[in-house]
Amino acid sequence: MKFSIKPWIAALAIIALTGCATQKTPPPPYDYTLLKESKPRSILVLPPLNQTPEVRASYSMLAQVTQPLSESGYYVFPVSLVDETLKENGVSEASDAHQLPAAKLLEIFGADAALYITMTQYGTVFRVLDSATTVTAEAKLVDLKTGSTLWAGKASASTAEQQNQQQGGLAVLLIAAVVKQIIGSVTDQSHPMAGVTSQRLLKAGRVDGLLYGPRSPLYVPN
Amino acid sequence: MHTRTPRQRLSMSAVALIALAALAALGGCAKPKAPDLYGWNGYEKNLDTYFRGDREALDAQAKLMENDLEKIRSAGKATPPGYRAHLGLLYGKQGDMARFQEHLEAEKQVFPESETFIDFLLRKFKKN
Repeated sequence: MKFSIKPWIAALAIIALTGCATQKTPPPPYDYTLLKESKPRSILVLPPLNQTPEVRASYSMLAQVTQPLSESGYYVFPVSLVDETLKENGVSEASDAHQLPAAKLLEIFGADAALYITMTQYGTVFRVLDSATTVTAEAKLVDLKTGSTLWAGKASASTAEQQNQQQGGLAVLLIAAVVKQIIGSVTDQSHPMAGVTSQRLLKAGRVDGLLYGPRSPLYVPN
Repeated sequence: MHTRTPRQRLSMSAVALIALAALAALGGCAKPKAPDLYGWNGYEKNLDTYFRGDREALDAQAKLMENDLEKIRSAGKATPPGYRAHLGLLYGKQGDMARFQEHLEAEKQVFPESETFIDFLLRKFKKN
């Protein structure tokens, strides 16, 4: 039998190339000028604003922001103690916390920057053929000394992605892992989806994402 | 019975080479994963339990955090930001102010970024 190599090479080349394919027209690069100037070391995450009908959205997210931000090289203030401190001082609603003057936050927490998160989607849409659990969140990082916005982003995660092979790469692996975990318990897919959303939103090194902070070996000092 | 002709042998090694090249090409897309900066264990799960408020008693939550702390240490990992402070909070909520103070001081020592906040909390605690 004669083994022909050429078709193999062609096929592999196509796989290899499409695997790395980028978008046809790359969007303009994110303007990191202010973030690079500010060089925040520590981030105060306020309880997220909830624009969804699900009561659990805010704290499901808040419980999962520490890991991506810390692994990106920032000090993240203990989210539970921050929440308790706000409540003990009469700030029981996230909307009130988001209205606090930057100077007051700086005085009490001594944080370089505050992260304001808004939950815009959290929950499951049930349909006849398929149901999808989707979580979407927006975030804004603000310098507490100057009040200027250093970075803003938005991310989403959905159980529907497992059918969408075009996403490719890490996203699919993450989703696949999460989906595996929750097979058999359709009760609460929102919480793991919030975890994926948090990673996509806050982990440094993603397209238009946060930059690495000083505790990361990948931090780039100017 | 079955002997490979030199030609077949060549094809086999060529296939192996191509397979290796393909692996390298595919692997080239994925960034090498750097090791985590911290040992996480059940920290975020514990935070979720705390926020839910109805899943587990405070002393059981503290016990879980203590067990994980042992595991993180024996694995030679660093404790993540907020870990000691949250453990302190769990003790404080149970009225154990000595342990509250101890873990908050530990947080401040490992993460000097937290100094203003921790000092604020310790001052407040002393006044009460």
